Amino acid sequence: MNPLLRRQLIMGGVILAALLAAPFVLPMYWVIVLTEILTMSLFALSFNLLFGYTGLLSFGQAGFFGAGGYFAVLTLIHGPQSLWAALAAGLLGAALLALVIGWFCVRLDEIYFAILTLGFGMMLFTVAHNWRAVTGGSDGLGGFTVPEMSLLGFQVNLFNPKNFYLLVLFLVVLGVLLLLRVVQSPFGLLLKATRENSNRVSFVGANVRSVRLFAFVLAGALAGIGGALFALFNRIASPEMLHWSFSGKAVLMTILGGSGVFLGPAAGAAIFFVLEHVITAYTTNWMLFLGAILVVLVLAFPKGVLGSLLGLYARRWKGPKP
Amino acid sequence: MEGFLSNVLNGLSWGMLLFLISMGLTTVFGVMGVLNFAHGSLFMLGAYFCMQFVRWVGSFWVGLLVGPPIVAVLSILIERYLLRPLYGRDVSFQLLLTFGVMLFLDDGVRLIWGAAYHLVNPPDILSGVIPFFSQTYPVYRLFLVLLGPLLGIALWAFFTFTRWGKILRAAAMDRQMAEIIGVRVPVLFTAVFAFGAWLAALGGALAAPHQSVGPAMGERIIIESFIVVVIGGMGSFPGAFVGALILGLMNSFGTTLVPDLQMALPYILLAVVLLTRPRGIFGGEA
Repeated sequence: MNPLLRRQLIMGGVILAALLAAPFVLPMYWVIVLTEILTMSLFALSFNLLFGYTGLLSFGQAGFFGAGGYFAVLTLIHGPQSLWAALAAGLLGAALLALVIGWFCVRLDEIYFAILTLGFGMMLFTVAHNWRAVTGGSDGLGGFTVPEMSLLGFQVNLFNPKNFYLLVLFLVVLGVLLLLRVVQSPFGLLLKATRENSNRVSFVGANVRSVRLFAFVLAGALAGIGGALFALFNRIASPEMLHWSFSGKAVLMTILGGSGVFLGPAAGAAIFFVLEHVITAYTTNWMLFLGAILVVLVLAFPKGVLGSLLGLYARRWKGPKP
Repeated sequence: MEGFLSNVLNGLSWGMLLFLISMGLTTVFGVMGVLNFAHGSLFMLGAYFCMQFVRWVGSFWVGLLVGPPIVAVLSILIERYLLRPLYGRDVSFQLLLTFGVMLFLDDGVRLIWGAAYHLVNPPDILSGVIPFFSQTYPVYRLFLVLLGPLLGIALWAFFTFTRWGKILRAAAMDRQMAEIIGVRVPVLFTAVFAFGAWLAALGGALAAPHQSVGPAMGERIIIESFIVVVIGGMGSFPGAFVGALILGLMNSFGTTLVPDLQMALPYILLAVVLLTRPRGIFGGEA
């Protein structure tokens, strides 16, 4: 285990403890913000499995995020009143879509991959926006109740934002551990190898397309469960969740935090939302500041905030890297 | 027949605007390898500056002549101070930087001019309508349809016959080779970026009387012109022309024939082209 990763794990443990304690000490407003941060972290981390580890810049990740949201809400409206069924529908539906769309997209590279994923994402957006009878059109799909969750014999009421927060925390941590396991595995090494040089990976006998497709489906499934949580928490699934500019948010958060660090996208999501809530308290022109911050970050912190901090820490305490 | 023709004209006028902005996008990409997200915002700035000049001096022509060069000067600053430090780095950073510039400009416009939509009247000589079969058709759109090919020919002549045009094509074909035979690439990059911005802003100024001027106009056209550039073949000039016409026509016919699907048509076209010809129609083999 390399020292950078060990530091991250220690850091992760501290963060987890803080996150568990958060709903009992923070005011309700910040518990809600934290819930948002956690769902968006899962979304951004799923994006970074493709971007940071596999070298594929997907501009259609919001399509799976949003689709997960719609599948979950549709299940609650038309299907069983079960939270687990809704979440499973979000996960499986998004994974299935990612399998079909990914089958086409993994044939392309670089900018072409980015544009094609954007195109497919926008096709999904059009479905959500125009198929009024099923999706509610541009108004979004709401008007459902989040059922109680049965957990170890207890009935947990999710109307309480604290309970919902703990559910989100539990699922996001599961997702993060799964992702960590994947990027640490030999398969994760294969992903990084296709990022560095896909030709060589083919030469040594691996099937680049199926490696990429697997990553694409996994990322889609995790984005789907993130979207399902997002829609259930906000009590609405709306077409904006599938728009390319929403995919842009995942890209932004990932770069903000650092795409080369495992938890970078999560740090980016946290920075993004905290900044948003602080800045919108003073001005409505949040995008203006975000744009300026992004420009400065890209120029001054090429490895993102978390990546640069960790790099600084490594240099400061451990001497120059070998 | 009448509906068909007005669809063709509507499609061509939107296609011509798309062509102007795609032309700049594809040149910048072809020469510099930068996919410029802020290009739609430059288009939008062109429209806003034109509108402002119409307010100040009351002349659309002044706005058309003066607005785009101002945008070009602004883009020189963007290239020189923001993009240039990133040339050695991964392409995605350039994409992100231009994404940040786009957010900044789009919201900046909202800060200065408000979120409302503004109308710009066409100049007197181009305002009004002409009889068109049993109905009428706006003169300004016809002007755009005629102006498009003229600008296309002018650009073609520029790229084919002038020294600068040849240097641009050479650099688009092989940047290193151009550098070796003595082209000053940093200056060329700045010039290309400014030229692309000027084209985008010109398109924006021309679009001002054609549609309403608002902060969202850049966001719509940037995605459509990405599609144009990709299906035409990145860096290909005829590709941009053909792609823009196809997309423009698809837009007008889609709206009348399949209104529910119209929004998805460009993306379906994009997917079909990319999966059959991965480098676009004029892009050669992958």
